[in-house]
Amino acid sequence: NSGVMALLRPLLLDVIPTIQQTAALALGRLANYNDDLAEAVVKGDILPQLVCSLSEQNRFYKKAAAFVLRAVGKHSPQLAQAIVHCGALEMLVICLEDFDPGVKEAASWALGYIARHNSELSQAVVDAGAVPLLVLCIQEPEIALKRIAASTLSDISKHSPELAQTVVDAGAIAHLAQMILNPDAKLKRQVLSALSQIAKHSVDLAELVVEAEIFPVVLTCLKDSDEYVKKNGATLIREIAKHTPELSQLIVNAGGVAAVIDCIGSCRGTVRLPGIMMLGYVAAHSENLSMAVIVSKGIPPLCACLIEEPEDHIKAAAAWALGQVGRHTPEHARAVAVANVLPTLLAMYMDTRSSEDLQMKASILTKKALKNILQKCTYLPALEPLLHDAPPNIMKYIVGQFSKVLPHDSKARRLFVTTGGLKKVQEIKAEPGSLLQEYINTINNCYPEEIVR
Amino acid sequence: FYIFRSVDEDRKIEYKAAVKIQSWFRGCTVRAYLRYLNKMVIFIQKWWRGYQSRRYFRRMVETAYFIMKMNFYNEMAVRIQKRWRGYNVRKYIHNYYALKKYLEAISVNNEIVRNELQEYAEMKENEEKRKDLEKKEKEKKYQARKMHYLLSTEQIAGIYNSPFRKSPDPMELLLRKSKPLSHRRQQIKSPLGCELYDWPTCKRPPAFSTVQPLPPIGRQKPQGPFRDTAEVLRQRYKPLEPTLRVAASINSPLEKAREEMKREEWRNRIHDNEFLPFSSYNKNEKYDPSIHRSGKYGQETYGIKHFREVQPKKWVADKDFQTVLPSIVLFEKFGKTYSRTGQIV
Repeated sequence: NSGVMALLRPLLLDVIPTIQQTAALALGRLANYNDDLAEAVVKGDILPQLVCSLSEQNRFYKKAAAFVLRAVGKHSPQLAQAIVHCGALEMLVICLEDFDPGVKEAASWALGYIARHNSELSQAVVDAGAVPLLVLCIQEPEIALKRIAASTLSDISKHSPELAQTVVDAGAIAHLAQMILNPDAKLKRQVLSALSQIAKHSVDLAELVVEAEIFPVVLTCLKDSDEYVKKNGATLIREIAKHTPELSQLIVNAGGVAAVIDCIGSCRGTVRLPGIMMLGYVAAHSENLSMAVIVSKGIPPLCACLIEEPEDHIKAAAAWALGQVGRHTPEHARAVAVANVLPTLLAMYMDTRSSEDLQMKASILTKKALKNILQKCTYLPALEPLLHDAPPNIMKYIVGQFSKVLPHDSKARRLFVTTGGLKKVQEIKAEPGSLLQEYINTINNCYPEEIVR
Repeated sequence: FYIFRSVDEDRKIEYKAAVKIQSWFRGCTVRAYLRYLNKMVIFIQKWWRGYQSRRYFRRMVETAYFIMKMNFYNEMAVRIQKRWRGYNVRKYIHNYYALKKYLEAISVNNEIVRNELQEYAEMKENEEKRKDLEKKEKEKKYQARKMHYLLSTEQIAGIYNSPFRKSPDPMELLLRKSKPLSHRRQQIKSPLGCELYDWPTCKRPPAFSTVQPLPPIGRQKPQGPFRDTAEVLRQRYKPLEPTLRVAASINSPLEKAREEMKREEWRNRIHDNEFLPFSSYNKNEKYDPSIHRSGKYGQETYGIKHFREVQPKKWVADKDFQTVLPSIVLFEKFGKTYSRTGQIV
């Protein structure tokens, strides 16, 4: 700030190597701290200098220089773009070929931060030929290097399918899959996140990931003691499950559903979210799969999530997942209704109706879930309590279901009258000629006139 | 004059009478002729109309028969289709029992997976605990070695060996066991050590110390004089040389003969249309034989449907001929494919 850049810059060109390294380290720390300082570093024209002197210096200088680049690149895409402009990528790639693992680590960290911002920058990193070298880095014995290389690969492949394909073509999947067995928790986090970024883009990539035989092994990650490992493992399984029914079928056959359900049960907070979404995706594909989810005792944890979680988006995700499970056939809707979750859904819908954007999305999802389940639900004891509280647009589905079931089932008719449902139905005001009125008429026709009055 | 007039009048009367008689007679003949013609015409028309209506009647009967048969076939086809569709849906499209089994299998599998994961989690926990314990042990031992001078001597009891205690403190025992730490060692020893670098290759989870090392495999030298490797390989990779009987297919002479026949026929056929003479060029109606001429319910079957008379009473061994050699496949199907009543309408 106080002209420190101008002072540090000539020090970089000093004869004594220690001074150069320390100056570079100081610059790096300054840039690391704050946006503006990083911009000042860029404006002070220091980067080209660093880049030029990188090639002939020793490894400590390289490490420090890579640290500076990383510190500058992490704040915003424009700064990262500036780094790319001054040709730093080639230098970083040359650093990746160095023998010292510390240098490789610093270089791949810098590349990772640059590639994180957007896909053009990632493309630039890939064009500089970094991906094969990163795959080599992953195979190195040092764990820190593996971690950083895995996280860089994950950042590169997350933007677009072509980038993911490039990463896959370099043979990364096999090595990443082997490293899932590693006991180190942070490494597992990065590896799982890399695999899930690769698998999320298309069916072929997901199939490639599955072919690397991750399946029973990934389930052990779901039991790890580290929360983020569980989260990333669940994310990976979610990304694979969401593409096609066959992939979901594969996961179900390998017992993945049970593992994810246990995982949801044991965690709290946002860590649960990918597991919930995974169950929703699996159940959405076909009714056999959602029956499999029900059979694996998936509904109680989802209900628990719905009730306990304070955050809206997790609630919305749980509601969506329940909607997907229950919407296929009356059997499924019955399984969901038996778990006594419909009143909770209704309460959630009515709660969140009058709020802002996020809650709007939550309320839309809850409404759709309710609608889907109600349209198939023939389990009348669960529908009764809803009659009393529901708003008009939900009411028509509930009454519709009653009007479908009551004409055929005499015991249900008796129960309906005794629990006061018929009285409630009479109290509903509906415009004549609307669907609601028709349903009410159908219900009234099931009973003799005196009772109706 | 009166005589001439009377003769004249007689003549007139005779003339008129003759005319009358002749006219009446001619009328009679003509009428008889007309009657005759009428009768003939009636006869012809009667015969012709009878023939037309009989033909029409026969056609109607044939159509009614055909429709009856087709209804019957349709019903049978419906029955078959009903059975087949039920079977198909139940077996392939929505197999309830298979679905049930599948779901049960999934729950069993889930149980297994859950158990295994539980075991894995427990194992990891145990591992953690063991690591902690080991660390503590190491710490204690290190402390004991450092503070070796606190050991009690013959004269003076040490700190850990208070005379008021019944038995010495475990620390005392440790002190007794441990070797005193030399000064040089102290610098090199780093208390914590990097746990991560314990597993340099990181390709497998660490092997636990409780796993017993496997007993050594008995190295017995393989015995005996061995054949030359080249010979062995030659024997192993010798290509198959099948006999002629195995190499040729079973039906080969028969098949070859059939191929010959097919080729001959194909060669000798000049064109595929039937040769029609010119007189039948405009006639496109087939002659409908009268019912009397046709067979019992259709045409006579001998010569068309079967042409070998069967008289079981004359059989020698109460058995019909058996086909030993395979007959010509095309002729086997003669008369046995779907019935020809469909060709009538």
